[in-house]
Amino acid sequence: MKATTWQGRNKVEVEEVPDPRILNGRDAVVRVTSTAICGSDLHLYDGYIPTMKKGDILGHEFMGEVVEVGRDAGDLKVGDRVVVPFPIACGHCTPCTRGLTACCENSNPNARLAEKMYGHALCGIFGYSHLTGGYAGGQAEYVRVPFADVGPVRIEAGVPDEKVLFLSDILPTGYMGAEMCDIQRGDVVAVWGAGPVGQFAAASAFMLGAERVIVIDRFPYRLAMAAEHSGAETLNYEQVDVPDALKEMTGGRGPDKCIDAVGMEAHHSSTAMYAYDRVKQAARLETERPFALREAIQSCRSGGIVSVIGVYGGFVDKFPMGAVLNRGLTIRAGQCHVHRYMAPLLERIYAGDIDPTFVITHRMRLSDAPTSYEIFKHKQDDCVKCVLTP
Amino acid sequence: MAVLKQIDPTERPAGEAAPAMPRGGGAPRREEGRLPRIDAHGGETLAKGLGWFSIGLGVAQLVAPARLCRAIGIEDDGEATTLMRLVGVREVVAGVGLLASNNPAPWMWARVAGDAMDLSLLGVAMTDDDAQRGRVGAAMGVVGAITALDVVTATALGEGAAGRGASMHVTKAVTVRRPVEEVYGFWHDFENLPRFMTHLESVSADGERSHWVAKAPVGTVEWDAEVVEDRPNELIAWRSLPGARVENAGRVTFRPAPADQGTEVRVEMDANVPAGPLGAMVAKMFGEDPSVQVGDDLRRFKQVLEAGEVVRSEGTPEGARARRHLNQRPAQPLPAGE
Repeated sequence: MKATTWQGRNKVEVEEVPDPRILNGRDAVVRVTSTAICGSDLHLYDGYIPTMKKGDILGHEFMGEVVEVGRDAGDLKVGDRVVVPFPIACGHCTPCTRGLTACCENSNPNARLAEKMYGHALCGIFGYSHLTGGYAGGQAEYVRVPFADVGPVRIEAGVPDEKVLFLSDILPTGYMGAEMCDIQRGDVVAVWGAGPVGQFAAASAFMLGAERVIVIDRFPYRLAMAAEHSGAETLNYEQVDVPDALKEMTGGRGPDKCIDAVGMEAHHSSTAMYAYDRVKQAARLETERPFALREAIQSCRSGGIVSVIGVYGGFVDKFPMGAVLNRGLTIRAGQCHVHRYMAPLLERIYAGDIDPTFVITHRMRLSDAPTSYEIFKHKQDDCVKCVLTP
Repeated sequence: MAVLKQIDPTERPAGEAAPAMPRGGGAPRREEGRLPRIDAHGGETLAKGLGWFSIGLGVAQLVAPARLCRAIGIEDDGEATTLMRLVGVREVVAGVGLLASNNPAPWMWARVAGDAMDLSLLGVAMTDDDAQRGRVGAAMGVVGAITALDVVTATALGEGAAGRGASMHVTKAVTVRRPVEEVYGFWHDFENLPRFMTHLESVSADGERSHWVAKAPVGTVEWDAEVVEDRPNELIAWRSLPGARVENAGRVTFRPAPADQGTEVRVEMDANVPAGPLGAMVAKMFGEDPSVQVGDDLRRFKQVLEAGEVVRSEGTPEGARARRHLNQRPAQPLPAGE
């Protein structure tokens, strides 16, 4: 079958690889009908995530048709149309039973690798380096889905792929970012990052009752999308000083809740700050560029919540812990526990409360993946989200 | 399943001699399922101390040769101070060698040779008219004592290296979200162990006795073991029987975890790994760090009981395995037939 494989920094190739097959009783094999490139895939593309091997199949946002089931795959049947969540969860460990599926203790055969660096094992994830298990990903024609009795969610006929594909990752992720803010009546929520996750975080913040949402980015077309589709106010950090502007916009209070939907490869308008982190990151002395996070902490109203859903991989320099402590901030973070959001958000989609397709700007074939990565990485052609069909 | 009676680990059937324990220092501690530790480090500790002593003395000889000459009763002329400095260099080199080397034994013997040289130099000095014989005599006495210490240490190091095995002790814990009875019951049937202990090929149990077959780089290593203590839902302790090439013992305790989290399982394993090729083979079986192997075993144990299967990925198709961590397959499906 054809699959998008990692071949080094800034290099992906669509190669012919073996077809997947059932390895364990709880497996299923899915024929992919739609898949997408995630912003966090760019961290792999840019070479910032360790333990990648040439030939690794990428992709963790995918859906399709079940073509094979193991004997213990629950009530999943061949022919079922499913969306598959990106964290791989066994369903029976303590975190899984508590809804923290992205903390599954059993799904990573390379648990020991991650333990040294992170303190405990990471859960398995499709197509996201050997730290998360070395699973073949979903930017391919077929994928083996472990624990298929727990993960995949059935989709009824008549609903286009595009409407539900993002249940695999970015829609629940944006939603969880907003949910972690514990939004109260009258809250102003600031969202750093107007990529697809930031777009959904802003939309979700309104769904959860925010009074106002302010989205921060440097690309006017992305800010325009947030304004048009979610009703968010916008700030371009290349034109204004964000903490000052936020204070001004909120009667001096600052945003009550802040969402970091940017993560480790942030940009910054202040040359000195950017140079410091950029140089350290290039020399691999620092693994992250945490501008958005620092700014969110600085800007957040005292006693507020900073919700982090942007991806980080390692360690952050110059973390404003003093601000966190002295102003009573709460930091909540996590990879999205996708499983627990899929059904409720699917209902919302069926009910017309949200149409996730608004973020899609590019539709290409799987064989065009290398081009897609470049367009997506460099934000060419007003790219926000690229969907690939095999 | 046979009910196992409590066994007093110190009681021996009539006529059976106590199993020969490997040589080593330290008093054996006889808890159930525990083996005495070999202390192979006495000689090495002495060697390290003597190494520092050498460096200290050598530096003094280099820095203040005249003063030292006078201290040991020799006239501090140019010849003597030069000689003292050369001896200082020798001392420092020997000291560094002792501290830095993986095998300190030859450096220890080098020290002994140096002591012999010092003794003969002092002997010659005794005959010198300008010498203060009392002091030279005292110096000879001190050097003589140090020589004796060096010889003893060098000998001990040599013996230690020849007979050196090591004791391997591993402790690991895991929490399994199943009731204590189920977790205890699963472990109690030793024939289940190869399902998650990948270094084991098979275990066959017959009452209190069991026969274990472990995979080795070439062929297998086999031994018999007995259950030493069995407290249902609390503890199982076992020990290899005399005659096992690699003496080993283990104990696993079970305890309810807080709230609804299942069972806390704590494993302790001891093995006396012999020197020589057998020891090297055992080291290979367990990888560099036996606790990593045991950790992986327990991870698989938890997966089997909670998730029903050992999780497999394309990068690590056999399931969690220490050796795979540094040698991943690419994350793509296995070719047909693999």
